[in-house]
Amino acid sequence: MLGNGQAVALHIAAIRKWILVAKLGRAARNVLHALANPTRFLKLARPLTPLFFWVGTALALFGAWAGLTQTPPDYLQGESVRILYIHVPAAWLGMGGWSGVAVASLVYLIWRHPLASIAARAVAPAGALFAILCLITGSIWGRPTWGTWWEWDGRLTSMLLLFFVYLAYIALARADADRGGDGRVPALFGVAGTVLLPIIRYSVVWWNTLHQGQSIGLTSSKIDASMLWPLWFTLFGFTFFFAGIALMRMRTLLAQAKVEARMKRMAQS
Amino acid sequence: MKPKHQRMLLAGLALVAVLGAAGLALSGLKDEAAFFYAPADARAAPPEPGRAVRLGGMVASGSIQRARDGVTIHFIVTDGKDSVPVSFTGVAPDLFKEDSGVVAEGHFNADGSFTATNLLAKHDERYMPPEVAGAMHKSETLEP
Repeated sequence: MLGNGQAVALHIAAIRKWILVAKLGRAARNVLHALANPTRFLKLARPLTPLFFWVGTALALFGAWAGLTQTPPDYLQGESVRILYIHVPAAWLGMGGWSGVAVASLVYLIWRHPLASIAARAVAPAGALFAILCLITGSIWGRPTWGTWWEWDGRLTSMLLLFFVYLAYIALARADADRGGDGRVPALFGVAGTVLLPIIRYSVVWWNTLHQGQSIGLTSSKIDASMLWPLWFTLFGFTFFFAGIALMRMRTLLAQAKVEARMKRMAQS
Repeated sequence: MKPKHQRMLLAGLALVAVLGAAGLALSGLKDEAAFFYAPADARAAPPEPGRAVRLGGMVASGSIQRARDGVTIHFIVTDGKDSVPVSFTGVAPDLFKEDSGVVAEGHFNADGSFTATNLLAKHDERYMPPEVAGAMHKSETLEP
């Protein structure tokens, strides 16, 4: 049995811990709230947009150059393996873009902050662009290696579906904005579309497919180190480029909303 | 309950419902969505002869034989558990070779052999330069 003094000390320690957790939670919320303020967001986004854009372009160009000239060819596929330096980042951003749409949509549904809705709408076209880039480069790669431009296997079909889901989301969000909706319907669609992501990821595990399995895991890679390193440059380069596009589009959408609000006010007065 | 918490709960429930529905649909698709039959699948549930199907697996080592007409090849597709003899007339893809993955499009015959009308090469998820491959490729087996 604990003595009285000990029990009290334990209680105090537990209370202190909860106070700390609450303080941390409040701090995190304050940071989020600060970013969620459009004026403050714009102040931050203005210098970050060109920075992300140019850093991304430089990294991607260097990675592409290194992938074309500085790595050995594959033992089986020869030179055609080099398309992976574009194909893999495109696939990563095609799927990562939808994660962005989904998280922003969820945040919008729960906290109702308009900036989250704008973020989801801004990210979608960039994600769709990389999804179709992934499909096109994959098709070009498939012809010499597999002997086909296209097959309806699990991985290829689910990725094509993701591209269609992007198009549907873009159309839905635009229609909703044109009708003066509050963006709740596209946000629901954005969250629901997330089911495709695990399907794409595990399609090569659940079903036998023409597409090979996962090459790069969290801790290990089945791509030889001498061929892998330029991939990190194109991967980070494309990601920065993507972030630059997303910020640019968010600023555009915010400016459009401002113009519309002003026109409405002018029409009323 | 604050409205925000209510929305959180609703969003969470909706997410669980959507994921559950997708899971059910996928488990129903499990067998239908397979791109090809492995030899062991074909043995367990043989597709009727003449139906257009795909057969996938590894080309057994030393099994490729070229017929006298020069364009017909015979080889054995195996998945380690079972194997199926395949014949094909036409142009095979560059990556079609022994000890490597293949997906054959065609139909089964009544005697259990397979007649392919098209061949697709299937490679695995490993990429390496030729020097490295020479050192380690022989020692490992590829899973289809």
